[in-house]
Amino acid sequence: MAKISYLQAIHQALDYEMGQDESVFVLGEDVGKKGGVFKVTAGLQEKYGALRCLDTPLAESNIVGTSIGAAMMGKRPVAEIQFADYILPATNQILSEAAKIRYRSNNDWNCPIVIRAPFGGGIHGALYHSQSVETIFASTPGLKVVVPSTPADAKGLLISAIRDNDPVLFFEHKKAYRLLKEEVPEGDHTVPIGKADIKREGDDITVITYGLCVNYALQAAERLSKDGYEAEILDLRTIYPLDKESIIKAASKTGKVLLVTEDNLEGSIISEVAAIIAENCLYDLDAPIMRLAGPDVPSMPYAPPMEDFFMINPDKIEAKMKELAEH
Amino acid sequence: MLDYKEEGLEPEDLKEMYRTMHLARKLDERMWLLNRAGKLPFVISCQGQEATQVGAGYALDRDVDIISPYYRDLALVTHFGMTAEETMLSAFAKKGDVSSGGKQMPSHFSKKSCNIMTQGSSVTTQLLHAVGASFKFKMDDEKRVALTTLGEGSSNQGDFHEGLNFVGVHDLPFICIIENNDYAISVPRELQYGAEKLSDRALGYGMHGEHIDGNDPIAVYKAVKEARQRAVNGEGGTLIEAMSTRLTAHSSDDDDSYREKEERETMKESDCLIKFRSYILEHGVADEAWFEALEKEAKAVITDATKAAEKAPYPDPEEALTHVYEEVQHG
Ligand SMILES: Cc1ncc(C[n+]2csc(CCOP(=O)(O)OP(=O)(O)O)c2C)c(N)n1
Repeated sequence: MAKISYLQAIHQALDYEMGQDESVFVLGEDVGKKGGVFKVTAGLQEKYGALRCLDTPLAESNIVGTSIGAAMMGKRPVAEIQFADYILPATNQILSEAAKIRYRSNNDWNCPIVIRAPFGGGIHGALYHSQSVETIFASTPGLKVVVPSTPADAKGLLISAIRDNDPVLFFEHKKAYRLLKEEVPEGDHTVPIGKADIKREGDDITVITYGLCVNYALQAAERLSKDGYEAEILDLRTIYPLDKESIIKAASKTGKVLLVTEDNLEGSIISEVAAIIAENCLYDLDAPIMRLAGPDVPSMPYAPPMEDFFMINPDKIEAKMKELAEH
Repeated sequence: MLDYKEEGLEPEDLKEMYRTMHLARKLDERMWLLNRAGKLPFVISCQGQEATQVGAGYALDRDVDIISPYYRDLALVTHFGMTAEETMLSAFAKKGDVSSGGKQMPSHFSKKSCNIMTQGSSVTTQLLHAVGASFKFKMDDEKRVALTTLGEGSSNQGDFHEGLNFVGVHDLPFICIIENNDYAISVPRELQYGAEKLSDRALGYGMHGEHIDGNDPIAVYKAVKEARQRAVNGEGGTLIEAMSTRLTAHSSDDDDSYREKEERETMKESDCLIKFRSYILEHGVADEAWFEALEKEAKAVITDATKAAEKAPYPDPEEALTHVYEEVQHG
């Protein structure tokens, strides 16, 4: 097994699926000749041709809407939205159309599309290149929303997403692209959608999070263990629909729960996780649920000190973990 | 009206076209009656637009072409194979409604086995689905076209421009028909767009555009036939603006008092069904007796369909939980 980056893992998944299934094609802005602004799709056009790795006009609703039409005709489109922030012009096609096609046609039609979008901050992208937009979609039955936290998961979850017969939104943390590296199984490697994953075992506190924050939480947990506290870390992996069983199990195990997200605090995914725990684990809790999240401002500002102030990092997580462990 | 012989149509074709237009009209009229009798909560009509719909449908190949229609296209989907009973089952929201299993309001047509794509209610979204289908046909080098329809008001949505631009870029086998009936609910076309003709926009998208009389089924047939030919020849998409007449109010929830009285009185003169009937008689394609027999036949079909739908059970309440994802998930 080779050590590859989160970005290379996503590239591998696309390449592998395009190679083994003719109906898979990728489309988006600059994905062809340039290979994507982050280079995720580099080389795919040379290998599979200009129609299977398609540079689209700059129009997001068209990217998603035509993907839906092609998917209904038997294709498996993987649409790239250049930055998650720019998915908004396509929201009507995602929420009103893709999410409802199976339901509204009573199973006559379905819509096997994947929409990939780099999200998240810490890359000096400011408001319109740093947002966490996942909650806009993560309360819409009919959609699946996936956020991988490691290169191996990124590859396995993307292959599963492409093979899924329903629409999947796949949010990739852009700071993770080159930062995270690990050994990733070659070839046919899948990770099930809808299943959370314990990334670290521990008996003292439980941290539940997703995306880049999983890596930060793991770093924090290693430091905390020097103080004698062991943290269990649950990676949600699929943030909609949530894996309630794993959440309940992980929260009950330690009775002390910290929820972390880079998104704004209010109305975020972890609010829903908190509700699940409150509903199911009241008598197992030894401390109030704690949350660590971005502040409730429109998005991450540009100036480095303000960006750092907004962004989650291992230090912030460690401090919260300690507070919780000592409660 | 154009000369049918010049367009390569036979008398039998005209009769077939009229039969479908007539059946759709009568089904539509029956649904209004049922609405006024308190049996159907909602009706939205094809009345006045049957010539555009059947003319277009007749120029397509039902076996391979795909349609992504809008809520007024009862005559188009009837031509494509939606039966009277299916229409009534959907109107009554009964089990066996092929379009949505009673989940959607009526006139959100869908029937995969007849190449009818599923529709939602947000206007113009369906256009992009047809564009996506036509992209698939190009990718796989298939001799098929995708056709979509919408109203003139809906042509202002972003999806319209985004989709037609994409068709122009790739010369896709795609046809868009604007069924221009002068109103978007109550707003007249002068307040919907500043262009003289919406078909002129075709130039800006890099495709063929045509402005035609939507009350003439033969003119629509000709325009769509040629558009289909260009499409399968790899010559790209077509935007057709078919000037039509909406004979009813926008829907059963609406009264059309926003129309001038005079307009409402003279509207009937452009009724495509009456015009086509005269044309058929004038050209000796059929006689009065044929129309009478047709009338009887349609009445029987619609009465049977209505009875069957009234008798059919509603979906079970728990069906509200089905088909959210591939594997049924209960909460
Ligand atoms: C995006 C959106 N906005 C508003 C509506 C409400 N609405 C339904 S039909 C309609 C008028 C459409 O007019 P037009 O496109 O001209 O078609 P027509 O009904 O005249 O055939 C409106 C405003 C809607 N369904 N979707």
